[in-house]
Amino acid sequence: MNIHEFQAKDIFAKCGMAVPPEKVAITPDEARTIAEELGTAVVVKAQVHVGGRGKAGGVKLAKTPQEAYEKAEQILGMDIKGLTANQVLVAQAVDIAHEAYVGIIMDRQTKRAVFMVSAAGGIDIEEVARDTPEKIHKLAVDPFLGLLPNQARMLAFKLYVDPKIAGQAAKILTQLYNSFIESDASLAEINPLVTTPDGQLWAVDGKMNIDDNALFKHKNIEAMRDLEAEEPTEVEAREADLSFVKLDGEIGCVVNGAGLAMATMDMVNYYGGSPANFLDIGGSSNPDKVVAAMNIITSDPKVKAILFNIFGGITRCDDVANGIVTALRRIAEGPGGPLKLPIVIRLTGTNEEEGRRILQKVDLVATDTMADAVQQAIKLGNN
Amino acid sequence: MSILVNENTKVIVQGITGRDGSFHTRQMLDYGTKIIAGVTPGKGGQSLQGVPVFNTVQEAVDATGANTSVIYVPPPFAADAIYEGAAAGISVVICITEGLPILEMMKVYAYLQTTSTRLVGPNCPGVITPGETKVGIMPGHIHQPGHVGVVSRSGTLTYEIVHQLTSAGIGQSTCLGIGGDPIIGTNFIDALSAFEQDEDTHAVVMIGEIGGSDEENAAAYVKENMTTPVVGFIAGRTAPPGKRMGHAGAIISGGTGTAEKKIKALNAAGIPVGDRSMDIVDLIQNALS
Repeated sequence: MNIHEFQAKDIFAKCGMAVPPEKVAITPDEARTIAEELGTAVVVKAQVHVGGRGKAGGVKLAKTPQEAYEKAEQILGMDIKGLTANQVLVAQAVDIAHEAYVGIIMDRQTKRAVFMVSAAGGIDIEEVARDTPEKIHKLAVDPFLGLLPNQARMLAFKLYVDPKIAGQAAKILTQLYNSFIESDASLAEINPLVTTPDGQLWAVDGKMNIDDNALFKHKNIEAMRDLEAEEPTEVEAREADLSFVKLDGEIGCVVNGAGLAMATMDMVNYYGGSPANFLDIGGSSNPDKVVAAMNIITSDPKVKAILFNIFGGITRCDDVANGIVTALRRIAEGPGGPLKLPIVIRLTGTNEEEGRRILQKVDLVATDTMADAVQQAIKLGNN
Repeated sequence: MSILVNENTKVIVQGITGRDGSFHTRQMLDYGTKIIAGVTPGKGGQSLQGVPVFNTVQEAVDATGANTSVIYVPPPFAADAIYEGAAAGISVVICITEGLPILEMMKVYAYLQTTSTRLVGPNCPGVITPGETKVGIMPGHIHQPGHVGVVSRSGTLTYEIVHQLTSAGIGQSTCLGIGGDPIIGTNFIDALSAFEQDEDTHAVVMIGEIGGSDEENAAAYVKENMTTPVVGFIAGRTAPPGKRMGHAGAIISGGTGTAEKKIKALNAAGIPVGDRSMDIVDLIQNALS
């Protein structure tokens, strides 16, 4: 789960990190008030889950509270790479003598939390990694020892020559690591880590991505979820306990199992169609879930046909068939009336004969191979 | 033969009295798996489907000599269950649970390097040696004894492919679900290495998906070290970058983990990759001939 800059810096600040005084505003008036309270020049920053805000005009310096009002007015409601800026962070402006990059990711290869630091900060770290990888210094942290003071110093001396600045950096690296571990993050970064002309270090921008599997341990972080920043159908799917990703095509897919769902999307593409979504309905044949899945899929006007690909192992095919029939009846009784889209159902596995009988009784097409089902769905969708 | 589990495997079910534990214990017993003990803290002394229940894994091992455990314990408690299994000296711990926090798995993995316990999973369907034993949730009836090893990050996609193989008369030696998480106890190389050493596995199917670089690492391993032929399938050619596709480990990030890269690496190592899941049957028939 992504969290906004202001939320990440809040977590950093709670770990003792030097974060510029700042506050969130949702109206230009609030922005002006915050600037007045801070009493300094401020930076007004769009809070959106995407990089490159500055280039898109979403980060602006404001020398007076009135300017803060004007910049906030410009930025609030702005579209930045497809996302709308509904909040701005009004932060005390900091004079920049130097910018570094420091970050931690959960690295799958080494199965460790890995630090990446670079004196080439303030720009896209992926560009640096690609063009000048020698400028990035890495350190894998032992899961049981944590970040040792000597390791923090070692990284800090890679970035700074002045021992007073390196000392501050070592502290910040430790605080960053603590934030990462305590919040169950998959990513935590500060870019840029700024050195002011008088030798102070500040975490001027912060980013964190939190492990979805760990949210049950962090209700306060889960509450930080910005529903407005998410695709509405994906929000709806999560609430219905469905795994769903919206795509761009015309064949709506309902599959049990993530790998099979991806293979189904791939096969739609192979046969010349285009998947409208990824949807893993899991092992349940519960009609409620089927209704939720169908509602989400049919809310997409691009969808021309719906494809069910169900391999019933422990899940019984007759249960799934009943779930689909019940769901269709409920939809027919609803405000939209009976579903007008063609549906193709592939049902294989435990009790498949019984499952197909149930579907045939209500005139639903049932096939037994995935390839047949995909091709039929594409054909019906083209009609 | 087989890898990891066979007709002699003696299984403890951790979380036996829970909804999933009790349901799948019945399924495993019906398949013929030797489930000789179960563990649910606080329910020691009870019996479920004829299987004695203990309070701790150590007690169960001391009483029965079990060497393998399968975990059906909810995510908040699953890492602890893995630690408990390893500490009691279980050789193979199979964790079915989906949803373990990644930082917990980071520690579990590091700890297990200091033990002789092999972890399979988490977030996996388990391991089956058809005709001998089933330790997990896969449907036994689609499997058939034979000589093709299957290793996969997926659940139902594995069943889909196994079903195709069985329908074509091609049986399986052992089917191993390694799981869909980013950090897992047994990776492709671990499984391939075990299959290479198994005389009765004549070919291997590896079923991967987007995310990470385990398949690429495996391809390099296959090229250098394997004589047993390997064929592959990679799910997620049409997955968009940056989105988690169901499995916690199925995500393309920063340009790494794409299906395209994996297919390229497999092909470069001489591993043919099916365009569709059913193409695996042809590829395996070629490999076996």
